[in-house]
Amino acid sequence: MSVDYVLFGGLALVTILSALGMLFSRNAVYSALYLIFNFSTIAVLYLMLSAPFIALAQITVYAGAIMVLFLFVIMLLGAEQRGQAVRTWWMQPLALGLAGILIFEAIYLIFTHRTSFPPLRQAVGDLGNPLQIGEQLFSNYLLAFEAVALLLLVAVIGAIFLSRGRKLR
Amino acid sequence: MDWASLAEWTLKSFALIFALLGGFAYLTLFERKLIARFQVRIGPNRAGPFGLLQPVADGIKLIFKEELIPAQADKIIFILAPIITVVPALVIMAVVPFGPPIQLFGRTISLQIIDLNVGVLYIMAIASVSVYGIVLAGWSSNNKYATLGGIRSSAQMISYELALGLAFTGPVLLTSSLSLAEIVEAQRHIWFVLYQPVGAFIFWISTLAEVNRAPFDMPEAEQELTAGYHTEYSGMKFALFFMAEYIKMIAVSAIAVTLFFGGYRGPFVDQVPLLGPIYFLLKVVGFLFLMVWVRATLPRIRYDRLMAFGWKVLFSLALGNAMLTALGVLLADMFQNSLWLWSIPVTTIAFFLLVAYLMRGSIAGGNR
Repeated sequence: MSVDYVLFGGLALVTILSALGMLFSRNAVYSALYLIFNFSTIAVLYLMLSAPFIALAQITVYAGAIMVLFLFVIMLLGAEQRGQAVRTWWMQPLALGLAGILIFEAIYLIFTHRTSFPPLRQAVGDLGNPLQIGEQLFSNYLLAFEAVALLLLVAVIGAIFLSRGRKLR
Repeated sequence: MDWASLAEWTLKSFALIFALLGGFAYLTLFERKLIARFQVRIGPNRAGPFGLLQPVADGIKLIFKEELIPAQADKIIFILAPIITVVPALVIMAVVPFGPPIQLFGRTISLQIIDLNVGVLYIMAIASVSVYGIVLAGWSSNNKYATLGGIRSSAQMISYELALGLAFTGPVLLTSSLSLAEIVEAQRHIWFVLYQPVGAFIFWISTLAEVNRAPFDMPEAEQELTAGYHTEYSGMKFALFFMAEYIKMIAVSAIAVTLFFGGYRGPFVDQVPLLGPIYFLLKVVGFLFLMVWVRATLPRIRYDRLMAFGWKVLFSLALGNAMLTALGVLLADMFQNSLWLWSIPVTTIAFFLLVAYLMRGSIAGGNR
């Protein structure tokens, strides 16, 4: 178990540092790269929770597909350098306030419910098995699954419509 | 985890990496020799007997070449990009089984680095990450040709990845497992290419595009882009891109063999396990020969036609193939009769002909 703690500590450090790097780097391409790094470390965290399916889906979808499109947009628009950012005065205080609430709640939960959390393996169950995930998706979570499918379909139609909007008229 | 299995893993990983590096070196010679033969030339024959030392000579030449980093390049990413390209190519083979388990020193050793229960997804994940090296190489060179080349070939890779992912679903549906060892085991009696002729065809074409080989070798469209994303690279950094391309060729051939052509399965493998890796190697070499043959035969496709082909033809074919395969598996399951699986090749080939007929004018015409 102690090996797990050491691994988790290192990973958590990398996760936080890459998130900070994403926030503070001046070049948008570097920000995107830090974000990819961050997504990958989160995938490793899923692996540590013995959920390889979710870990690899995280890499394929987030670190792979979505971030490539981000990089494309940044490179094609030449938006690497941070220009005059449009800022409104309430943005920073609001963000700090919300982050403060989140941290407070997390710390409160950890220190009050520490003993009542279920052990790791028990809480995660059989998430490692893709067969189980499929069965769960098509039985217990069928409604949510279909709702997401519908949403994606609408998004696809919307993308097609927007990209050829001028030709239709 | 005991020390013996740790040592086993380490040794297997080293063996795989050295096999891939050696395979890369001799694949370049194999390709040059074959292309020479296709063009009625002799090919490299000076270094060593039959030119067998040619890869060594090439390696020495590349090591001693001057390395340039353009003054306006983004240095960190410029140096990182070749590494980011090579690593996915090296690790993607980790889930591919090379042979049945063998007995050695009283231990059962499986000839596979690790049998993930999500092996197919692992391949997809690594393939989707391998785009980054090329994008970043193009961007960090700070050169219009390189940037355009990088964006082009990565757009191509992303587009063909969809068809590739859908082609994976065929064997997965037939096996009802994502583990490559189980997929090979399910092909004990019959290769999946017979159930999945269209799937294997889609897989083959999209892997050619995925590894940027002819006729989809957009990054090397010299007349348009000089050398694409690796225009500014020289010396060992260029060699790394070169290496990644050839290792990816080996990797996708091995994956194609595993998914559709029975993997290491062949006659007498159960009696003599060591025949497994030999069959595997022979099948992979067959695929590599096919790749070189395609390169020697077909001209390069124009970029807009390549994208139109990927999205309009290959993607729709792959969607239909996945659906019809699922239907066949469902029918076989419902009637408890595996003869229904033979409906898959019939329906998918009919669908293939239909799509080919409907699309007959739209690619060559180039109307987008």
